Amino acid sequence: MDTVLFLVFALIALLCGINLVVQTHPISSALSLIGVMAALAVLYLLLGAEFLAAAQMIVYAGAIMVLFIFVIMLLNAGAERVTKTRQLVKLAGVPLMAVFLGIIAFIIQALLPKSQLVWFGGFPGGGPRDIGIPLFTNYLLPFEVTSVLILIAILGAIVLARKEID
Amino acid sequence: MDLTYIIVTLVKLAVLFGVLMTTLAYLQWIERKVIAHIQLRPGPYRVGPHGLLQPLADVIKLITKEGMIPSHVNKFVYLLAPFLAVTLALVNICVMPFGPEIKVPIPGHPVSTWLQMTDLRIGVIFVLAIGAVGVYGVALAGWSSNNKYSLIGGLRSSAQMISYELPMALAIACPLLLANTLSFRELVLAQGGYFFGFIPRWNLFQVFPLQIVAFIVFLIASFAETNRIPFDLPEAENELVAGFHTEYSSMSFASFFMAEYCNMLTAACVTTLLFLGGWQPLFPAPWSDYVAPVVFVLAGLVSLWAALNPARPKDRFTFPVVAAACFGLAALFLAGEFVFPIVNQIAMPLFWFGAKTFGLLFVWIWVRGTLPRFRYDQLMRFAWTFMFPLGMVVMLATAAVVAWFPR
Repeated sequence: MDTVLFLVFALIALLCGINLVVQTHPISSALSLIGVMAALAVLYLLLGAEFLAAAQMIVYAGAIMVLFIFVIMLLNAGAERVTKTRQLVKLAGVPLMAVFLGIIAFIIQALLPKSQLVWFGGFPGGGPRDIGIPLFTNYLLPFEVTSVLILIAILGAIVLARKEID
Repeated sequence: MDLTYIIVTLVKLAVLFGVLMTTLAYLQWIERKVIAHIQLRPGPYRVGPHGLLQPLADVIKLITKEGMIPSHVNKFVYLLAPFLAVTLALVNICVMPFGPEIKVPIPGHPVSTWLQMTDLRIGVIFVLAIGAVGVYGVALAGWSSNNKYSLIGGLRSSAQMISYELPMALAIACPLLLANTLSFRELVLAQGGYFFGFIPRWNLFQVFPLQIVAFIVFLIASFAETNRIPFDLPEAENELVAGFHTEYSSMSFASFFMAEYCNMLTAACVTTLLFLGGWQPLFPAPWSDYVAPVVFVLAGLVSLWAALNPARPKDRFTFPVVAAACFGLAALFLAGEFVFPIVNQIAMPLFWFGAKTFGLLFVWIWVRGTLPRFRYDQLMRFAWTFMFPLGMVVMLATAAVVAWFPR
């Protein structure tokens, strides 16, 4: 059952990912990205990381993508024009891409030790408590530093936006 | 996964679906009636006694109408949007607990089940996640309609949702901190019992008066999240025709309509579960069992009085029926108290849950009949300069109380 679900949602994630690149209209691409994120959330759920799945939906599929769509709607961005590609690029691109994907798959497969593979439902620490306690004890410093980094980024964005208004 | 479990789940699913759909249809009738009486009108009155069959007539009208697809719309997104809106609105109800565990003594097969579809360890976060994604229905409908009013409606909706999600999440954090859990079932169980023997231990009355502030922040934010007056700018009819659903007709319009009422119902249920103790009664046990019969007897007496002093000729025939129904319900509860304990085991929690939820829904409608609409800049300023700091202060104060006085 888990394997079937994994295959279905991995396929959805892949198709949405390809669609994201292929589509010319920004809204269609953004919708595909939401599809990728939702499918990834289901994969997290299959692994037993329920809190992570919900956080993925709230933060990425919810807040960030709503902002993306908001900006696309506000700017009323139209469809991209496809530039002419040379015949040579088209011909050489497909085999090169296949080779590239093959190399990546091989490297990943070679790097991962067999004993550390994950399996469905085998990850017990997916609840909010299992994530919250390490976050505020073992990983407190990285967590706080990341928060400060994000805060600085927000301030930077505001400063840049202000300059343009004045 | 044995056969009993599957059958019980299917029965619960069927009952929940039926009740949910009926409630959604009649919520609209209730809203029209309440608004009408606030404005001194009779409201829907023609179809059936006191307009009781009006929802049915509306449904038939909406189904049989032609579904128009305007030219130059983005067809895929245009058709996806109402589907998204209504699906995401309906999903939430499956994690709501309506009552405690009940034991049905079927001879040979004693069944014990919770009055809830399923309990997630992250139930509250699940509802938040669905709510966060739910905005796409409205935003995409506005964009795909290829209409400037729709587009503005969709834009307003997404900006408003993002802004009010923050104070809402901060207000939700307070009861979660007090109960130390994310599951709705455990949240309600943590709210059982009484202070000094008579004040219920609902989150609303804990850490007085902090939780009352959190409750008010949550309530205001949920008004904004459900796009209701005074925050119904996405469909402000005197500026935007009908906002995001201007171009929708027939069943796709009905989907948005249903999604709105379902979101309202969900918000009322979540408020009940988080702050008002779910199915926990208002009074300690020996008295609380008599509240339901007394309430129904009183309602029956009022109906009888209305039948004896009819304001309209029809009332002489309709109100005795209402009175008989009320007395029947009172008799049912009394029978449950003295003869069949199984009836009360199911009906009592449902009565308290329903009473709280419908009380909140009445507040929703009452506010619609009373308040004017915000202007857009007022809405944003209210969210970021008042609601957000207030939510932050309440959350931090609650966290401090929980940290210093661990329970």
